[in-house]
Amino acid sequence: MKTIAEELRTSIIAILSLVILLCCVYPVVVWAMAQGLFPYQANGSLITLDGKVVGSGLLAQGFADSKYFHPRPSSAGEGYDAANSGGSNLGPTSEKLIDVVARRIADFRTKNGLASDALVPADAVTASASGLDPHISVGNALIQAHRVAKARGLSEEAIKTMIEVHTEGRDLGILGEERVNVLKLNLALDGKL
Amino acid sequence: MNLFDQLQLEIFIVILLLLTKPMGVYLYRVLEADGKIFIDSAMGPLERLLLRILHVDARNEQDWKQYTFSMLVFTVVGVLFTYVVLRLQHILPLNSQGFGPMSEHLGFNTAVSFATNTNWQSYGGESTLSYFSQMVGLTFQNFVSAAVGIAVAAVLVRGIARHSAKTIGNFWVDLIRINLYVLLPLCLVFALFLVSQGMIQNFKSYETAQVIEPTSIQVPKKDPNGQKLKDEHGKTLLEAKKIETQTIVQGPMASQVAIKMLGTNGGGFTNANASHPYENPTPLANFFQILSIFLIPSGLTYYLGRMVKNQRHGWAVWCAMALLFLIGVLISTWAETSGNPRLEALGVDHSSGNMEGKEVRFGPFNSALFATVTTAASCGAVNSMHDSFTPLGGLVPLLNIQLGEVIFGGVGAGLYGMLVFVVLTVFLAGLMIGRTPEYLGKKIEAYDVKVSVLFIMVPVLCVLGFTAWAAVSRWGLDGLNNAGPHGLTEILYAYSSATGNNGSAFAGLNANTYWYNTTLGIAMLLGRFFMIIPVMALAGNLAKKKIVPAGPGSFPVSGPTFVVLLSGTVLIVGALTFFPALSLGPIVEHFLMTGSNLTF
Repeated sequence: MKTIAEELRTSIIAILSLVILLCCVYPVVVWAMAQGLFPYQANGSLITLDGKVVGSGLLAQGFADSKYFHPRPSSAGEGYDAANSGGSNLGPTSEKLIDVVARRIADFRTKNGLASDALVPADAVTASASGLDPHISVGNALIQAHRVAKARGLSEEAIKTMIEVHTEGRDLGILGEERVNVLKLNLALDGKL
Repeated sequence: MNLFDQLQLEIFIVILLLLTKPMGVYLYRVLEADGKIFIDSAMGPLERLLLRILHVDARNEQDWKQYTFSMLVFTVVGVLFTYVVLRLQHILPLNSQGFGPMSEHLGFNTAVSFATNTNWQSYGGESTLSYFSQMVGLTFQNFVSAAVGIAVAAVLVRGIARHSAKTIGNFWVDLIRINLYVLLPLCLVFALFLVSQGMIQNFKSYETAQVIEPTSIQVPKKDPNGQKLKDEHGKTLLEAKKIETQTIVQGPMASQVAIKMLGTNGGGFTNANASHPYENPTPLANFFQILSIFLIPSGLTYYLGRMVKNQRHGWAVWCAMALLFLIGVLISTWAETSGNPRLEALGVDHSSGNMEGKEVRFGPFNSALFATVTTAASCGAVNSMHDSFTPLGGLVPLLNIQLGEVIFGGVGAGLYGMLVFVVLTVFLAGLMIGRTPEYLGKKIEAYDVKVSVLFIMVPVLCVLGFTAWAAVSRWGLDGLNNAGPHGLTEILYAYSSATGNNGSAFAGLNANTYWYNTTLGIAMLLGRFFMIIPVMALAGNLAKKKIVPAGPGSFPVSGPTFVVLLSGTVLIVGALTFFPALSLGPIVEHFLMTGSNLTF
């Protein structure tokens, strides 16, 4: 058996040489290729208006005005904090969860002029895993269409057409779920996309 | 399960099946045959250079004790290296957000966690770690801990395949070859694909966006010392805060996520891990991330068949894994698509399933699939919050970990874990038919069974012991985010995950405390090395034995009987040991959720 000193020496050299290869060369090669081939994605899919960054096409931000579609509730930091991602982590029988969902349901029904026993889409009243889910379900968007149309003085049909245009289908027609990107839809409504 | 869910599951299993043979053949060439790999011309000179500066002669094989010794020394030095990086990140480069050093206990926990292929996250990546810590401190361990896992599996398989042999390979050669020929090339391609889907890869500091509609939110009012203020009834005082900007995380994410998935590490660049839209931008990216967890473990079963010259045995092990996987995924999908009856009673639409802690682009099915895969393997990345799963939906990931993560399992760790169960199965079958148990021509004797049972006992004692301790301690209960049976599940999940080197969590548990960080760190060490050492001993002992040609009395290690016996052994050992604890956690919670109005 080799001595401990020899093994230590081999270990240290192995660590240093692997660090150079796997932790310096490898990420920098990926960085160079990513910046060359996919610069938009590699830099965060940022959306800029008049030279100012206004958000990322992949990240939710808060909306409260009636004329905008509203994203899912967020538990990231104090809400939609894109440097503090996370979910509520409340379990299915948690009193806190049941209270907060009940409040959100009442709120959602009032804002959208729904009957007091109307069914509410689950994604509209539950917090997402990351707190930054950029999407809402198509059903959720269609319910909000009425409110947005009224606030903007447009026909509900026109808004529904916009939703249809901005609905992202399943990837390759099969994978994942149908969804609507809230930030992009709102920017399109403002005529800024 | 609707038509789309079924289709996605079928596509997943078919693609995994198709990739098993090519991956297995490739692993065989890297681990056994000398050269003859299509990237030899690129990697060969690098390999020879590295071995030369290490003063390692590739022809010089080690016995199991020398091999284990090299591996342990390398790991200890590696842990120290990562610990130093994390503790000194404030003076190291690439710290554009100006993060301070990690505390001693968090640094210990994190360094151990990554070196043991666990990747438990007591920290929130984007709010704690500099790019240098992520890229050098953690990514380094992602590569080498995965390589160590594969190397140990290869050693055990060699032990089974060799005839009266003293040596079982050379640690340094295995370490270098696995990194150069398997992990690095796969990661390069995979990382670029992930960027194309929207994952970030840059070195810029965090971006500040001017949000479209400044909104006002209620936040707890704090005094100048940062303490939350309370009114006379003890309720937290709130104040309005205007949100006009959004700080957006940046960094070299794709290069780290590629190895995090392929190496079944699972430690996220961000706190939300693979549910963060940057870290898992599209359902297509999600599909390949799930596939990449199972790719190497699945290929290793074919490598096993090739090595022992009994391909049907390799496929039989694959089938037992696939069977156990299917049972898990069907239960968790059913539970998650059924939703939470408590929320439905309030007026939530039943058809959307349980969406708390899930992302719309994945929905209940892809979340349940990811959760099952990440815990069947010892990956531990998450694309949804397991803490908010329904009780039975959360039981599946927990039980997967407790079964020993042998359902495909972690890279290497899954195969060597499953082979220990094979030894036990052969032993049990031998007892049933009254013959000396033998496995592929090798007699299984008292020593082999003793180390196999030791391998099974370590995690049981570790998980249940630490859980019991935490459940009756002030420090254990203070960390809980949920009360009642769900609280117990949070603790049980934490120690199962740490011991099983998984790394996923019922993340509501606030484990970033002195006691949790320390005990979880110890659980990770026990769960890694007190399981690897028995496996190495088993490998060394098997290698020494003669191979006796199979006779009419040999127990066949392929075919349906063997598959059923093997999966039965895994289920019975796991279920018998953990059923009492599980019935106090998720099982009782399920009946409380469906049959009462109790809340916690």
